[in-house]
Amino acid sequence: MGFLRQTDRYEPQTWTVSELTNYIRDLFEVDFRLQDVELEGEISNFTQARSGHLYFTLKDANAQLKCVMWRSAAERLRLLPQDGDAVVVHGRISIYEAGGVYQLYADRLQPAGRGDLALAFERLKQQLSDEGLFDAAHKQPIPAFPRKIGIVTSADAAALRDILNVLARRWPLVQVLIAPTLVQGNDAPPQIVRALRWLDGRTDIDTILVSRGGGSMEDLWAFNDERVARAIFAAQHPIISGVGHEVDFTISDFVADLRAPTPSAAAELAVPDIAEIAPLLAGVQAHLHGVMADHLAQKQRQVQTLSRHLSLLSPRGRVDSHRQRLDMLHGRLAQAMQRKLAKAEGRLAVVQAQLAAVGPLATLSRGYAIVRDADGRVIRSVGQVAAGDGLEVQVGDGRFPVQVQKA
Amino acid sequence: MSTPVEELTFEAALQELESVVAQLEAGDLTLEASMALFERGQKLAERCNLQLEQATLRVEQLTADGEIIEM
Repeated sequence: MGFLRQTDRYEPQTWTVSELTNYIRDLFEVDFRLQDVELEGEISNFTQARSGHLYFTLKDANAQLKCVMWRSAAERLRLLPQDGDAVVVHGRISIYEAGGVYQLYADRLQPAGRGDLALAFERLKQQLSDEGLFDAAHKQPIPAFPRKIGIVTSADAAALRDILNVLARRWPLVQVLIAPTLVQGNDAPPQIVRALRWLDGRTDIDTILVSRGGGSMEDLWAFNDERVARAIFAAQHPIISGVGHEVDFTISDFVADLRAPTPSAAAELAVPDIAEIAPLLAGVQAHLHGVMADHLAQKQRQVQTLSRHLSLLSPRGRVDSHRQRLDMLHGRLAQAMQRKLAKAEGRLAVVQAQLAAVGPLATLSRGYAIVRDADGRVIRSVGQVAAGDGLEVQVGDGRFPVQVQKA
Repeated sequence: MSTPVEELTFEAALQELESVVAQLEAGDLTLEASMALFERGQKLAERCNLQLEQATLRVEQLTADGEIIEM
């Protein structure tokens, strides 16, 4: 460009707009300070063109400056600025001829004050929270007895060994399927998303662990990636996140169905503990035996009660009772007979006595007499008497003594 | 017919075992039915115990080629 030399001639001249604009641009571009500018300000009028270039105005209380950031630089930003952001921008000052403006061609941009990571974290957290990705309503329960657990983590890290140790100790019944990924760096988020989707697409998985050991905020950054967060949210399976140490919170933690403070803790939350389940099982088993024993005892009592009832109702009982009645009747019959017999005998004796008394009298009254000796013996023969014996004669109406005169 | 206990997961076996105990507790069963339930319960408990005793962690890993290998 030859304008500077032209002005040396001190010749008045009429410039074209382009000539003057180019002249002014040269003024800017030869000033090394304007070619390496770092300045602080607030963003306004921020737009991102379809081309990917960023346009915005940087201002403070009294002035403003138009800025542009080409796509190549914009792609390196961790987060896009928004209107109102206080930022520190680096670039060079030059002229946009077609617009007739001077502006800052920015190559770096970061939030002023706090680190851009912290801001990016807060912004994404706020955004996803507003969208409802953290809502409790979306949290799925973690299966109590998983058969197979999928793990998204780095294949050769201590975190995986910790997880496997915990699983083997607590619940060796579980099967594990590892989908290894990078967990750090720019390639990590898409890899994590792919591993997660692959596991989530399987039907034999019950729970998925997304895990990484401890590290700096930058190390854990893949788990603050929006793509990872959305993939976790979209997953059909319950997901437990275990990233970093207790103090580290990542976006993944907020989206996951359950947040564990560490990889080991994630494994502990994923499975039951055999040390608790074994006694529980023994208890149920003992209960089973107890209940069955009770049941048998109850049946036994039923049988006893029923058999008592049965014996009361049996025909044998009735036979016995008939037999008893028969015995009783038999006894009464014998007594009655005996009484009758005794009565008859009594009457017979009376009649016999009467008969005995009445019989001889009738004969005597017909003129017969009975002669007895002094001893009352009946005289039946002459030989029984001697002269002088005193005898007694009984006739029909009485007795009188006689004496034998001659024998 | 109920599933053979060998085909049950630990959780399924444990759940059924608890249900068996509950049914027995409820009573009102014939002796045959309760004996059958008890025997089923025994088998379920043995199944659970066996799984606890014999389990060893099985770990598989997806390779870069998309294959699943046992570790």
